[in-house]
Amino acid sequence: MAQLDLRRKLSILADAAKYDASCASSGTSKRSSADGKGLGSTEGMGICHAYTPDGRCVSLLKILLTNFCVYDCAYCINRVSSNVERARFSVEEVVKLTLDFYRRNYIEGLFLSSGIIRSGDYTMEQLVRVARSLREDHQFRGYIHLKLIPEADPLLVEEAGLYADRLSANIELPRDEAIRRLAPQKDPGVIKKAMGQVRLKVEAARPGKKDRAKPPKFAPAGQSTQLIVGADGAPDTEIMARSASLYGGYGLKRVYYSAFSPIPDSSAILPVSRPPLMREHRLYQADWLMRFYGFSAPEIGQSATDGMLDLAIDPKLAWALNSREQFPVDVNSAPREMLLRVPGLGVKSVNRMIQVRRWKALRLEDVGRLTRSVDKIRPFITALDWTPGGLTDAVDLRQRIAPERPPEQLSLF
Amino acid sequence: MRVETLAHEIDIDGWRAAARRLRLAGVAPENARFRVAGSGQGGLLDQIEETPVEAAPAPAFAVPKAFLDLAGEVILHRSADRFDLMYRLLWRLRDEPNLMRITTDRDVADALERAKNVSRASHKMKAFVRFRRIEDQAGEAWVAWFEPAHRVLEKTAGFFVRRFATMRWSILTPDGSAMWDGESLAFGPPATRDMAPDGDAVEDYWKTYYASTFNPARLKTKTMQGEMPKRYWKNLPEASLIPELTALSAVRTTTMVEAAPTPVNARLARAVAPDARVSGSVDDVVAATLPELDRAIQGCRRCPLWRDATQGVCGEGPRQAKLMVVGEQPGDQEDLAGKPFVGPAGQVFNAALEDAGIDRADVYVTNAVKHFKHEPRGKRRLHKTPNAGEVTACRWWLDQERRLVKPKVILALGGTAGLGVLGRKPAVTRERGQPIALEDGATGLITVHPSYLLRLPDEAGRVRERAAFVEDLKAVRRLL
Ligand code: SF4
Ligand code: SF4
Repeated sequence: MAQLDLRRKLSILADAAKYDASCASSGTSKRSSADGKGLGSTEGMGICHAYTPDGRCVSLLKILLTNFCVYDCAYCINRVSSNVERARFSVEEVVKLTLDFYRRNYIEGLFLSSGIIRSGDYTMEQLVRVARSLREDHQFRGYIHLKLIPEADPLLVEEAGLYADRLSANIELPRDEAIRRLAPQKDPGVIKKAMGQVRLKVEAARPGKKDRAKPPKFAPAGQSTQLIVGADGAPDTEIMARSASLYGGYGLKRVYYSAFSPIPDSSAILPVSRPPLMREHRLYQADWLMRFYGFSAPEIGQSATDGMLDLAIDPKLAWALNSREQFPVDVNSAPREMLLRVPGLGVKSVNRMIQVRRWKALRLEDVGRLTRSVDKIRPFITALDWTPGGLTDAVDLRQRIAPERPPEQLSLF
Repeated sequence: MRVETLAHEIDIDGWRAAARRLRLAGVAPENARFRVAGSGQGGLLDQIEETPVEAAPAPAFAVPKAFLDLAGEVILHRSADRFDLMYRLLWRLRDEPNLMRITTDRDVADALERAKNVSRASHKMKAFVRFRRIEDQAGEAWVAWFEPAHRVLEKTAGFFVRRFATMRWSILTPDGSAMWDGESLAFGPPATRDMAPDGDAVEDYWKTYYASTFNPARLKTKTMQGEMPKRYWKNLPEASLIPELTALSAVRTTTMVEAAPTPVNARLARAVAPDARVSGSVDDVVAATLPELDRAIQGCRRCPLWRDATQGVCGEGPRQAKLMVVGEQPGDQEDLAGKPFVGPAGQVFNAALEDAGIDRADVYVTNAVKHFKHEPRGKRRLHKTPNAGEVTACRWWLDQERRLVKPKVILALGGTAGLGVLGRKPAVTRERGQPIALEDGATGLITVHPSYLLRLPDEAGRVRERAAFVEDLKAVRRLL
């Protein structure tokens, strides 16, 4: 085989990695090189060093070690049956690229994944070698996200957690049946077991009150996973239920939703169409409602039609329109949990309201100053100088807040 | 009109001293002006400027720390009227001591908004500075030219020190420059673009990466511009690619969507890994050994509980155990670890076992139901009691464990376990401790589930109930 030059490899292996939506670099332990050794730092908040025209953040050098793969996952550009050009980095090449990019302030660190070559163990071992070299040979203090190969030996996973800030295994499909059909070499049970193992290790590494000695570090930024939306026919409610179960079971930091996107040389058994970006957006909103606003998956699902969230309005507004009996809410006395349920009020606005109302009673104008637009909020609240009267229960409330128009397209097609 | 002169644009100490003088002299905001030395921005005001009479050392004037912190940020904002806004807030603070908390106030909201813009500018500086490599007599060094949206160079330089402490670097901006020599940070005069290098060999790799990581099927240029405003583009090497990537994306996507599937790669037949799952159902497996039973349970679909659980948790213990203990179901920890009785209730149980003089290594422990029934609640999973249908479905496996282990005594912990063992729901309090002859010749006994001991609210009750539980275990030991 002809030797590919490094730039060509980079192009192939970045292209092969881009369908993984995760690019987070936040929430890990604080480190720096201010002690005059090594390179890099992490300060809690991640940094997006660039944005590509798809609106996605570029925070990490996100590449595969190789796109050779012995699995045949129908939705994946790297599946064994696809005809894409293949390439493989050496461990040293990945290390050098990471350091070269990092020194120029292009990236926060590395997100390394790989196709399965030879075996799960072998593949995981290669990923660990890169991380070990960065950390030990180069004292790299930046962020490292390693893909977890679920089939790999627990000892390798343990080593990976020692070097990596974050680990992730992608479950990809909301339905186990679909995994069996579209990714026949993968076993959802094995993926879940690997995530369970990571959770136990992350928890064991958290210093307890009683521990005097600090336990060894293990993936301080936790674990995440990704679900593809629109490849297996699972409706939104099923996706949300799967997410809720993953968050609860494995203490995931994030579940990423990735609208199934056409790939070059796609498989004949999957629909090739434009990615359902609006659907993906609504699922992210629902996910936020579950994580930061105290909603449960079934609550959000109440307003779904045939299991699908409304594409025209956001899931919180949809819920509120369906639960009018709970409104209006008095912004001067309502508890935090209820304020969080008011459409158009975000966590920050709610916190500020609670602070301000200790000193003065809120008027509609004050609410307006704390939020982007008061129009959507007005029907659901009362303030010192405002009561919505019959507006809350108006039959055409939806029309008034969100006039019917073709669902907003998030792309330029 | 009183005019105060500050040494430079972000002279916060000068502003504080001046504002304090004005405030103590009772100069109202509309009569106070601030100018920056050498900026000439005073215009006409320059002529009427009076050298401030040095006021006698003024008595301390207390302002909330929140105000000082905010002023320190707002002064970095490029707006010309920022000093006036800050002074207006200071002026009002005497009569409205809680003003800073009222974030709905027009002035406070304005100041907060400007501070937010400053903080954003600082964050974007951390993101968008691009170093280029040079070599000088001392070796390798790194230089960046950057144009920050607000005057955040000094505020942000520390970040680069912490991150790149072992590199020699300079960041040049129109407001000033920052230099790190590996040991100390120095600030210098404003710079111009031509003082920075105009290229770096690695930039081509970076552009290759940027172009390849972009997915043309998901064009969202508005989001991109919201996060990476155009004003920064001219100093970002990768930004030169944006017009072309954007323009070609529609064509590239259409090509992908319309392309006919190609024949599968010949590698498929040669290289593909075997399927993960054997097809066919394992629900009716009759196992000859415990490991075989464990494998079958992993694939069981006799009831819906497998779906949300991590794995089936088979019993554990010696094949020849005289005592089999049956719990309700695996809990959160058991589900993750794949082992029975390792969570909090398991620990209570182990301790009680030891007190009763039974060696845990001699006991076969299992559950009536092999998958964890629960309900997700945020980052936790709440235990849910399995229903009679699920327990009955799962007796298929419990019965096989009994057949393979052939224990002399079976201890059921709680009502659900009792249902699994007896096939009928027992009245735990009434039947507790009474030997029951089972069909397979073993002796059955019932007691409470150890999680019951964990749930008791008062200490006295816990001690009493625990003692009773240990007594039950001792009675079991006598039967062995
Ligand atoms: S294992 Fe599946 S998803 Fe992962 S690279 Fe291989 S084909 Fe793609
Ligand atoms: S709980 Fe029992 S019956 Fe239900 S799926 Fe699991 S092993 Fe099968």
